[in-house]
Amino acid sequence: MKKIGVFVCWCGLNISSTVDVEKASEELKNYPGVFYADDYKYLCSDPGQELIKKTIVDNKLEGIVVAACSPNMHESTFRAAAEAAGLNPYRVEITNIREQASWVHSNKEDATAKAIQLIKSTVEKVKKSEDLFPQQIPLTKKVLVIGGGISGMTVALEVAEAGYPVILVEKEPQIGGNMAKLSETFPTLDCASCILTPKTAEVGRHSNITLMTNSEVIESTGYFGNFTVKVKRKPTFVDWKKCIGCMLCQEKCPKKTNSDFEHGMGKRKAISVAFPQAIPYRPIISEKECIYFKTGKCKICVKVCPVDCIEFEQEEKIIEENIGAIVVASGYDLLPKEELGEYGQGKYADVIDGMQFERIASASGPTEGVIKRPSDGKIPKSIVFIQCAGSRDNQKGRPYCSKICCMYTAKHAMLYKHQVHDGEATIFYMDIRAGGKGYEEFVQRAIEDDHVLYLRGRVARVYEEDGRLVVLGVDTLSGEQVRIEADLVVLATAVIPSIGAKALGQTLKVGTDTYGFFNEAHPKLKPVESMTKGVFLAGCAQAPRDIPETVSQATGAAAKVITMFSKNHLVSDPQVAKVNEKICVGCLLCKPICPYKAIEPEIVEVRVGCRAEKRQVATINKGLCQGCGACSVACRSGAMNLSGFSNEQILEELKSLCL
Amino acid sequence: MPTKTKTKAEIADIIKRIELISGENIYKCYQCGKCTAGCVMAGEMDISPYKVIRMIQLGLVEKALESESMWLCAACFACRERCPKEVDLSKIMEALRVIQVRDGKPLIEPEEVADEVIEEMPQQGIVSAFRKYN
Amino acid sequence: MKYSYFPGCTLHTQTKNFNDSIKITSSLLDIELEELKDWQCCGAVYPLTADSTMGLVSPYRSLQKAYEEGTDLVTVCSACYNVLKRTNFAVSNDAQIRKKLSEYMDVDEYAGESKVLHLLEAMRENKGFEKIKEKTINPLKDLRVAPYYGCLLLRPSEELKFDNPENPTIFEEFINSMGAIAVDFPNRIECCGAYVSITSKRKVKGATESILKSAAKRNADIIITSCPLCYHNLAKEQEQLVQSDYLFKPIPILYFTQLLALAFGIEVGSCGFESNRIDARPILKSKNLISGGDAL
Repeated sequence: MKKIGVFVCWCGLNISSTVDVEKASEELKNYPGVFYADDYKYLCSDPGQELIKKTIVDNKLEGIVVAACSPNMHESTFRAAAEAAGLNPYRVEITNIREQASWVHSNKEDATAKAIQLIKSTVEKVKKSEDLFPQQIPLTKKVLVIGGGISGMTVALEVAEAGYPVILVEKEPQIGGNMAKLSETFPTLDCASCILTPKTAEVGRHSNITLMTNSEVIESTGYFGNFTVKVKRKPTFVDWKKCIGCMLCQEKCPKKTNSDFEHGMGKRKAISVAFPQAIPYRPIISEKECIYFKTGKCKICVKVCPVDCIEFEQEEKIIEENIGAIVVASGYDLLPKEELGEYGQGKYADVIDGMQFERIASASGPTEGVIKRPSDGKIPKSIVFIQCAGSRDNQKGRPYCSKICCMYTAKHAMLYKHQVHDGEATIFYMDIRAGGKGYEEFVQRAIEDDHVLYLRGRVARVYEEDGRLVVLGVDTLSGEQVRIEADLVVLATAVIPSIGAKALGQTLKVGTDTYGFFNEAHPKLKPVESMTKGVFLAGCAQAPRDIPETVSQATGAAAKVITMFSKNHLVSDPQVAKVNEKICVGCLLCKPICPYKAIEPEIVEVRVGCRAEKRQVATINKGLCQGCGACSVACRSGAMNLSGFSNEQILEELKSLCL
Repeated sequence: MPTKTKTKAEIADIIKRIELISGENIYKCYQCGKCTAGCVMAGEMDISPYKVIRMIQLGLVEKALESESMWLCAACFACRERCPKEVDLSKIMEALRVIQVRDGKPLIEPEEVADEVIEEMPQQGIVSAFRKYN
Repeated sequence: MKYSYFPGCTLHTQTKNFNDSIKITSSLLDIELEELKDWQCCGAVYPLTADSTMGLVSPYRSLQKAYEEGTDLVTVCSACYNVLKRTNFAVSNDAQIRKKLSEYMDVDEYAGESKVLHLLEAMRENKGFEKIKEKTINPLKDLRVAPYYGCLLLRPSEELKFDNPENPTIFEEFINSMGAIAVDFPNRIECCGAYVSITSKRKVKGATESILKSAAKRNADIIITSCPLCYHNLAKEQEQLVQSDYLFKPIPILYFTQLLALAFGIEVGSCGFESNRIDARPILKSKNLISGGDAL
């Protein structure tokens, strides 16, 4: 029998206050197969690890159990310690007696009994442990960045500058994302385009960046370091290589329609480029609105184009790319006003959202920066801004804070007051969250210098009366009900994940939270990693955040990619599936069950008795296999086994718990 | 005679009663005031609806119970419909009324209501009023 | 379609004209209403206490009976609707309440299998608005009708699911189908002060006055409602308003089915206009919707 050591951690009071750790180690000392057992205050500390190492060497232990916190926390610590002492790290198993015993129980006796049970079952598992060795897997040093907003562009530029090729996929025809739509930025009031366009231009010309706008990622297969993705390149109906960007087509196109880029605040042509600084500066034809596509007649664009680049017959193309890492920077959208029944449900032209206000305040926007209300183009004499419109609202299913609204609303009110000095700007807020460098000072400036009126309370209703909007609110600081007649109401609607984020998550096999934001691997220590190895997160795709924070996080994601690419190969986890070719019947029932497509048939020569025979068996791609174990459950002959979690090991564990 | 101030334990007991009768967690309220902003009766109340909950949270339950506010709540559910924290204020107001009624302090007695009112008011209104006030 | 019908106490006594107009009009829409035998008062307000289920006994009884009849239950008074539908919601979602009630009353457990419908909902379910369009022989042309929803039809929407609670449309659909003009006035969803008026008329003044003024501002000829208490509060307030505000012109309030009877060309004498607190006949006459002889 193996010589097994058991170490029970106190975790200070975290475990020891509810689990009698001394009793546990005492009892384990007498358990069959346990050669050594002890408890210690902090096993993860340096002296704690030294104790483990020394004990392994002194007692020539062949396997150890560490009863401590979750293996997510310190499995690697203890495995490294064991390895340093000459023990194969996969002969170290963790029993989680913190999250699964001390933290979830209050009765000490019961918790202790449960902890002991769990440790004993882990000992049984270790008895069946084997040495496992990691393997090297190859790596494609090319990154796919999904989303061409400020976060995606930041990642792309950083990785490209480090010398690695980047594919930047953006669903819109141009890069820049939401930031390209903003007027000025808080807290400095510098124009958004002025700081963004140097970036878009650099992305456009960087030799290491392949830009794929008007495109979407539709499929992703493979694994960490070796992904294969398919990108759908939607037709633009213009040959962008030939096009010289003269925009005569846009000028002469007879069809006007609402511009998505302007969020309904302005018009565009059926063939158009979204805005003057767009990168790439190339037009696209909107199939939905184009007269030719509808009636088969028109073709004015064809007539005026000097380089003959209109291609009505263009079709979508699917491009396949091999890449090593993916960065999701799919950004955000705003909660549709239609979901806010109490604020008019989208039926009032002069109730707009924050992004619409950005467009009418933007120098390159439809009003050339003059703040006019949409219904009649008049300059509003009174604007009411409503913060938390849909955010911090359980009833609307968005209990979270959207984080950016406090600041941009202060900015909106300020921009308005700078234009209309005698105008009234009123902001309904719940708390002013101005935690950022220079942010609080910015808000105070709005109040003190620009006389923006802040009312602490929510608005119950907005309705139209005599061509104005009636806002029914409250100021909870004075306790007064407030009724304001306004010319324009601006809703700081909740920040929501970009439409399509959930589907993208499914494509990439990356989890999203209840609201559709991408889940990070650890909220504190792995904020830019997703739960899927090799897929990283940047910007608002993960949670609402402002530009400085987005840029920092995106730079972090880029650093992760660069670190990964700095190695010549990757090391794979040996805890993957293993086929016992002797008993595998080659039925391949496991193949469709594998979520990672890691199983393929193979013809092998097997010795049966004294003769060799050729037959089909299943083989595992160790790079693709994530060790989920689904195949081992499906295998009828018991040939499929998961290293580190073998059928034998699990049965022993269960026997110890249940029998 | 001055009323004897309630002890901490008595106050905690009333808060518990309010939570039990209303079935609502009064600590969910973050005083955004949306209930009050849309309340048609708030203008008549001596303590605004959002403040009624605040009083209870602060343990000033006697003030809340002595206030006229709960008797003026018409149970129109506009607050409940809009509350971002899904607190049903109409149930908390009901709890305050019920505590007073059960403690023998109803707002009205049948004999106090003028004949003219009984004559004019629809049966539904009379029944509602007595269900809420007595 | 056959339904059990729960008239409620007010429709059986003070507002018989409402009840009569319901009976005349619904049959023309293939909505067959059979009055529930031995129905009892619903309690008028839905009990908001979590620690007592006594207040649910009476509505539960009516619901259980409708279920025994094998029909859905139609009611019209907003208060009855609110109480019955919320009770139905409670017993379908809360097994404990259901068990308590059935054991206390010694009846088979009823778990909300029958639906509770407001007459407007029954219309919606039976293509009623199309039928109204077809059967309207006296289109209410140029009549500006302000639909007053009040609270009890709309809220809590999670339980009632009657219509969009902030921007309802069912009354508008109803009005349009009779050829009248639906007046969009913001206060149509606000409360009238309800039972508070029993103790203090002054205290509900703010609520009722803003509803009336809001409708007046949009030039409403008529206000319609399905709630006798709203009807009372709004009518009562107008008696005061005409005294204090010489610019204020009274707006007659009708139960919505009275107007439907008129659109269906039912003899004016059977529409119950004579029992309305503010006489609607002059305005209807001015719009040529009733003839002089008929009306007065």
